[in-house]
Order: sequence, then C-alpha cells, then structure tokens
Amino acid sequence: MGIFDYFKSKSVPSSASVAKDRLQIIVAHERSKRHQPDYLPQMQQEIIDVIRKYVNIGNEDVQIQLDNTDDCSVLELNVTLPEQN
Amino acid sequence: MAKIIVVTSGKGGVGKTTSSAAIGTGIALKGHKTVIIDFDVGLRNLDLIMGCERRVVYDFVNVINKEATLSQALIKDKRTKDLFILPASQTRDKDALTVEGVQAVLEELAKEFEYIICDSPAGIEKGAQMALYFADAAIVVTNPEVSSVRDSDRILGILQSKSRRAEEGREPIEEHLLLTRYHPGRVALGEMLSVSDVEDILAIPLLGVIPESEAVLKASNQGTPVILDTESEAGLAYMDAVDRLMGEERPLRFLEVQKKGFIKRLLGG
Repeated sequence: MGIFDYFKSKSVPSSASVAKDRLQIIVAHERSKRHQPDYLPQMQQEIIDVIRKYVNIGNEDVQIQLDNTDDCSVLELNVTLPEQN
Repeated sequence: MAKIIVVTSGKGGVGKTTSSAAIGTGIALKGHKTVIIDFDVGLRNLDLIMGCERRVVYDFVNVINKEATLSQALIKDKRTKDLFILPASQTRDKDALTVEGVQAVLEELAKEFEYIICDSPAGIEKGAQMALYFADAAIVVTNPEVSSVRDSDRILGILQSKSRRAEEGREPIEEHLLLTRYHPGRVALGEMLSVSDVEDILAIPLLGVIPESEAVLKASNQGTPVILDTESEAGLAYMDAVDRLMGEERPLRFLEVQKKGFIKRLLGG
C-alpha cells in the first residue's frame, strides 16, 4: 500500500470480505440443496406441468421447498397465479 | 490396521499432489511405513513430484488387472526409508478403477503399511470418488480463493454421503483442512481470504497453512518433496501439519507479514 492509498475512501469493503460474504451465501444455499431428495427437481417440473394445463404460469412462478425438522418434513409449495383480467 | 488418508480438493491445481508427496514423506520420516497411491489415471504426476518417473514399470491398474504383483509395481523411495509409491497408469480407460479392484489392492497394502495416502484426481468424477471411498481420514486441500473454497465444500458433501463409511453408517471420515498458497501480505491488505475466513465457511478443523513459497516450484522442478527442504517455510509448514496429523500440538506459523522497510512501504513496493 503506497502513501496515496491512505487518502482513498475507506468505506469500500475489501475484496476479501466481499469474497467471504459471497461464499457464505452460495455455500449455505448449496448445502441446503445437498440434503434434498433427488426427485425434487423432477417433481417440481411435473407440478408445474399439471398447473399449466389450467393456468398459464412460468417456471419461476412456482417455489418449492422441503424443510426437515426433527420428526417431520414439510413440503412447501408456493404458486403465484397471474392476475385475472 | 492401516490408516487410509485421501488428499482431495475438488478443484485442480490447488496442490493435492504436492501435499500428498510432502505429507506421505513426512509420515515416513517419522518411522511409519507409508505408501502414496496416485489415483489420477491418465494424468499421473505423483511420480514426477517424487522424482521416480524413470523407475515406473508397472502401475496401479496393472495390479488391479493382475498383470503385475504389488511388489512389482511399488516403487521404493530412494531418499526416505519406509516410503513407497504406487504410480497411476497412463491409460485413457476411465473405467480402469473398480471398487472391487481398488478394495483388493488397499486390503493387500493394509497388511504391510501403516499409512496409505490416496492422491485424488481433481473433479468429482469416478477417479475422485474411488480415491475417497475407502478413506478413514481426508485432507481437503484448499486455496484462499472463491472457487477452491466452494469446490472444497462440495467435496466435503461427497465425503459425508458417498464414502464407504457414510454408506455403512459408520463413524464419519475424519476431516482436515489444509490451506495452501497462503499469502499473509495480501491477507493483511484485505485482498485474500484469511485462515479464519476459510475456517468459518468450511467449518472443519485446520490441519495446517502452507504459505505461498518459491520452494514449492523449486522442489517440483527437482523431483524432491518440498517437506525435505527444511530451509523453506513451506517445508516447515508441511512438517508442522504432519506433526498435527499425528496428534501433536504445533502452533501455526508463517502467518505474519514480513516487515518491509519504511521507505519501501511509503513507495508502495
């Protein structure tokens, strides 16, 4: 670090802390997926296909999540239907 | 009963083979009979790092296919007593390694050796899975860099689900983090993830930190494991890691920035 660097703004986070933040998010995301059953992506696609027979929705309109607690698993399905006009 | 240790990482080029050679040599230096197996079928390099490339006659796949006996394929290290190398084959056949074949070789080695070091190929394909499948302990080699840390976490997931210990529901594989190519100066400037950053993310016990060192390239140029270079920080850091692996307490060192002169700092050198 040279003398001029001392005058630079101190508010910019270091690149290492940016790296750490990004890694913590992606690693937590990938770990949560690691424990989900292999059939989940295909099930999600089939649910979308069924709903699409009746309502026109996009893939991103269906959120599916499996949460495991001590003695039960909860499958949460969140479908955003388009506005009626 | 032999202890099987896999040296793995997911990402390539982080120092798996350098670390396998150094740690295997270090364990043998402590008087334990040790063999290092190169699992990188098709891209063998352990022989070059160990300086025995011209002595390879038979390899791991020859032994699995019963084209050679283990004693024909094992190469005795010329520098270190109690150390042997089992080279990988240069075949392009990806299916050369089978679970049964690898198991048979490991069982035979276990009768004679105290430590079996498995130098894993990069990636998460069959070769890497074979290298870790039978392991009792894993050394996860990681660079303080985003893609390496992420891949290490991926490999940890595989160790915890696809290993024999996991499949049989036995005690899980012992996990060790080995941070390599560490640059204390860049960490101090906030340009590189620190030891504690990587520990926070991966959450496994730290075996050692190997500083970035010119000695590593010099050692590989010469075909000498860097741990034998006792003048170098990297060599000493590897020896510390081996001591810790054997259960001894060793404080971390070489993590401080070497002080530069006032003028040099002023000019940003």
